[in-house]
Amino acid sequence: MQLQTQTRPKVISVSVIDDRIDAATAIQFKEKMRDATRNGPARVVLDLARVQFLDSSGLGAIVAVKKLLGPDRILELASLTPTVEKVFRLTRMDSIFTIHPNLDAAVAHAASA
Amino acid sequence: MPRVPDQTSGTPELRLVFGADPVAIRRSLSRMLASPPLSGLGAEARGAAELVLAEILNNVAEHAYDEAGGTVEVTLRPDAGGILCQIADSGRSMPDGRLPEGKLPASSAPLQDLPEGGFGWHLIRSLCADLSYTRSEGRNLLVFLIPG
Repeated sequence: MQLQTQTRPKVISVSVIDDRIDAATAIQFKEKMRDATRNGPARVVLDLARVQFLDSSGLGAIVAVKKLLGPDRILELASLTPTVEKVFRLTRMDSIFTIHPNLDAAVAHAASA
Repeated sequence: MPRVPDQTSGTPELRLVFGADPVAIRRSLSRMLASPPLSGLGAEARGAAELVLAEILNNVAEHAYDEAGGTVEVTLRPDAGGILCQIADSGRSMPDGRLPEGKLPASSAPLQDLPEGGFGWHLIRSLCADLSYTRSEGRNLLVFLIPG
């Protein structure tokens, strides 16, 4: 599980380099996200542009990251591919995240917040 | 009621037997998606197929076999309206001998109470049809149709 992190003035973006977050990698994803977001701005954007597949374990791990960040920080999502978007929609977890069409929109939103 | 396979189709069925662990499941899913009959589906139906199969296989690994390992057998064949799937394992029976209801966990909970699991059966039931479960001679058999 490879993550690419970029820290900007008001937002830290984390791009998942792997093409799936599934039962085989969910725990590793959660641990790497915790390390990647330990310091930095309150707002975190998770860029899922390369993720073609997310199962319920992967979804649970993303929710767990939101909880790990705590009430004073915020996790937003960007660039959901069709199958990943479907998982969020069918489980109604799209209602607990702000979802941006792409990373640029997420960063612009953070800059104006 | 289990469906009777349509024998008139020319597309061959695919049968795979593999270990019920996350790495073998990932590898087998990749092979299933790249081979007939699933390779012939459109992108959306293939995505749904991968998700349903992954959720069921992960459940077999995690619950039927309690992460202790065991084999699982998957058979996929074209049928009227989609792909007929059979998944068999020799692990523990479903709780109370029947399929979980798949009730979606609440998404409106306070932050620390948000659900990190319990989504699997809801996803399975949302994306497949004609789902049936039988327990016979120490084996679990799930049969369902992936529309496509």
